[in-house]
Formats: sequence, C-alpha cells, structure tokens
Amino acid sequence: MANGNDKVLLKGNEAFAEAAIRGGLRFYFGYPITPQSEIPEFMSRELPKRGGVFLQAESELGAINMAYGAGAAGGAVFISSSSPGIALMQEGMSFLCSAEVPLVALNVSRGGPGIGGIQPGQADYFQVTRGGGNGDYKIPVFAPASIQEAIDLIYESAELAAYWRNPIMIFVDGIIGQMMEPVTLPEQRPFTETSKIRDAKPWAITGYGDDDTKKNVVKSLRMQPDDLERHVEYLFEKYRRAEKELCRVETQDIEDADIVLVAFGTVARIAREAIEILATRGIKAGLVRPISLWPFPYDVFDKIGSRTKAVISAELSMGQMIEDVRIGVGKRLPVRLINRTGGMIPTSLDLADSAEKIYKEVN
Amino acid sequence: MATSKLFFAGSGGQGIILMGQMVTYAAMFEDKATTYYPSYGPEMRGGTANCTVIVSDKDVSSPLIYEADCVIAMNLPSLIKFESLVKPGGTLLINSSIVDQKATRTDITVLYVPTAEIAKEIGNPRGANMVMLGAAIRATNVVAQETIERVMREKAFTGKKAATIPLNITAFEAFK
Repeated sequence: MANGNDKVLLKGNEAFAEAAIRGGLRFYFGYPITPQSEIPEFMSRELPKRGGVFLQAESELGAINMAYGAGAAGGAVFISSSSPGIALMQEGMSFLCSAEVPLVALNVSRGGPGIGGIQPGQADYFQVTRGGGNGDYKIPVFAPASIQEAIDLIYESAELAAYWRNPIMIFVDGIIGQMMEPVTLPEQRPFTETSKIRDAKPWAITGYGDDDTKKNVVKSLRMQPDDLERHVEYLFEKYRRAEKELCRVETQDIEDADIVLVAFGTVARIAREAIEILATRGIKAGLVRPISLWPFPYDVFDKIGSRTKAVISAELSMGQMIEDVRIGVGKRLPVRLINRTGGMIPTSLDLADSAEKIYKEVN
Repeated sequence: MATSKLFFAGSGGQGIILMGQMVTYAAMFEDKATTYYPSYGPEMRGGTANCTVIVSDKDVSSPLIYEADCVIAMNLPSLIKFESLVKPGGTLLINSSIVDQKATRTDITVLYVPTAEIAKEIGNPRGANMVMLGAAIRATNVVAQETIERVMREKAFTGKKAATIPLNITAFEAFK
C-alpha cells in the first residue's frame, strides 16, 4: 500500500479501517457482522503490526464496554459494527456520553428491523441521531457519500472525539462499505504513547503515578438529582456549541429549483444522477446533502427559493430523515418521501420517475 | 468517453470479480474516476456473482446502474437475467463456450466469444476470463490495452503468478 498522496484502490471497509489507524486510533474492539466484517479482519492483521491493539470481543456488548474502559484510560478507540450490532452498543453509548469518553464509532448499516438482512439500508437514522440509549445525550453523526469522504471524516473524527470528549458516529450504508474507489490516504498520525497519555488527556484514569494527590474519576453514576441535573446541563452547553461548529451540508442549485431533493450517503449520489435525468425532462431539481445528520442542517432550507414547489426526502427507510426535513422546511412547502427499504435501492431512473410524479402532483 | 458502465456477471470462480477489478485499476491508472460495486449477499462458491464498473471523466455519481453500455454474461442465468440491462446501442458479450442460447435483442451489438475453446487453442486453458476481458475492452475502449497489461504486472499477476503474464496477454488479444 502506497503512502502519502498516491492514489490507491481500496474497498470501503478496508479504507475505513486504514483511515482509523492513520488517524491515530490505536485500539479496536469488535465483533464480526456483515456488511463490515472486513474491518475486524483488516484490524486483526494490521493493528498489532503497527503498534496498536486488536481485540475480538465476545459480543458487541463486550466491544462497547471495552471501548468505554480503554477510552476512560485515555486510549484512542475505534469500533465498528452494523445495524443490529450498533443497537447492542446503545447502552454503552449513553454511558460514554455521560462520562465524556471519546470514541469513533462506525455503523455500516443494513436493512432492519430486527436481525433484518445484509443488504444496504439507512433505517438506522433514528438510531444514530436520536440514540437508543437512555437519558439526555447527543452524538455527532457524519454520513459520507464516498469512500474518500469517509476516510477524511474518520481521520478528522479521531481529533474531534478527543476534543469534544464524546463519541462521534460515522454512518454509511453497506454499498459504501462494499464498493471500491481510488482514494488518497492521509499521513499516519502517531499513536499516543501510554506514558504520554497523562499529558494529552489530563482527565484520563492513568493511575496516581508520581503525584499521589491527583485522583481522576470517570463515571456516569450521579445519585444526587441536583448534581445530575447540573451535569446534564453542562453536557448540553457542549452540545449547543457542537450544533454550531459541527453542522455540515452540501447543496446544489437549491436557490432556483422546481423541486429540491434531500438525501445522504449513497442515495445522494443516486440523486445527483436523477437530477441529470430530470433536467432532460425539463425539471430543474436541486439537492441538499446533509453531511452531519446530528447536528442536522435545518437552516439550509431557508435558502430554497420561491420557484420551488416541493421538497423530497429520498431515503432507504420508511421515512426517518423526513422528520428533520419537515422541521427545516416548516409549513412553507410540501415535504414528500421517495423511499425503498429492506435492502432495496432505487436506481437514478426510479428516483427521477418518482420525483417527476411528485412534481406534477404539486405543480 | 463521458461515462462508461460495464456489468460483469457469471458464476463464482469464473473470474467475474477479477475482471471487474482489473478494469477499475486500469481506470485509476489512467487518472479517470471509477467505482467498482460487487454484488454481495448470501452467496457461495458456484453461486452467482456480478459487479458493476463505472469509468468516467467526471466524479461518479450513482454507483448503481439501471442500464449498461456493456454486459458480459459468462453463463446462461446471467444472459437471461441481464440481457435487458444493456442500453439500446450497447454491447452484449456472451460466453458461447457454455451458453448455448442466442440473445433476443436486436437493438444492441452481440458478440459470441467461445472463451474456453480460444483459451485452449492458445495453450492457456485457464485464461478464458482474459479472453473475455480482451473482447470487452476492445468492444468498449473504456481503457487502453497497455493499461490492462500494467494492471497484470502490478496488481493482478504478481509474485509467482507473474510467469503467467505473457500467456494472459496472449489470451487478452486472442478474440478478434
């Protein structure tokens, strides 16, 4: 594998794992599940060679709690799974948020509910943006649309997680995990040596060392309600700041479009092609591609011009992101859904046909 | 060429994945945008395999296709299932060594490639997929033959397999 700026052809899952290692994430805990099993396979081969730790957990419950422990001790941790595996990790996510333990987590999602199937899906939108864990907490979620964007976001999230002292979630559908594209890999960020963790993360549980007055506690249990309320309010001050600083979106022609499509991940790429098809039919369509799903780019919908007749949320679910789209659009315009679920994926032609039908209905 | 979409289909073990990845590597070597997407599912050796390769001058939008410029059908089930995927005016290549049916479309170019017979004739009985790959590349001009040879040297046939490169180039050039 080439270093630096040489392009390499990588399968999504291998690229994600490589990006995590190069981002300085030294610890990986996981349990295999399709469509992301190449990640633990890659990590088991590469991480030990490069000075990191790979540990196959007995289950996803084990993996997230290993991540909690290693993270509390100041380790830079990466975990990955797919939809039902991420569901098993939700309790841990809530604990990590409360205890302010950094983590980069990747969901290569598939169809549900339940054990579902192994084909691509986006029906974890609620799971990743609303969280399945208990209590008041938030997890920033990035949804890349290409392997390169996923690499860049994972690499950056290694720093973001440490800065925000919170898990960061990367959310891709199984297509991006399974496909191959030429990519450029970033430089290796050095792993933090164990002896340097005390300096890099002064809050981490590193033992007393030479200073027997300094005792760190990392916990989520707070028995006094006033103490817990203060803590949650402190967390939400942080989240309000994150809402401003981590919100990311890409738009295309939304100021002057007949209809505006909203889509993330692979569906956004299908939508780009659908927009070209619609143009040949005399319909000008714009695109909103949220890159951060939380914080969701609600304000971007204010830029939609007066020509637009409808906003369409295109998703691989029964309609989850559409709830955020409705919040963003308000009562200004009709909000409609184009969707497939269960692992089925619309082609650009399907998407264009459905969008054209909606346009004719609302126009 | 703006964007070319190729679809390789056959059964596991016929070199479907290899052919698709070789075109993708070649496109990368030629500094083109490219995306390779394989079918993945509860499949096994001998089951069906297919992959989509898109090569473009601009960023690839959808990695999934609803029509292909070129479909390579390495076995009968692939012909039956994917003949309709070829866009009007596109090309369908059929592995006529094991597919005994004809195509039904008249609005496309159909090439019957007796891959196994040709491979045997040139003394490379395992090179049937390279015979087909050569036919597909010449039919579409999606990448240059020299680039495919570079892929053979640098990616596909390295180490002990390097000795097979001359035979594979012969196979690649064999179908006229």
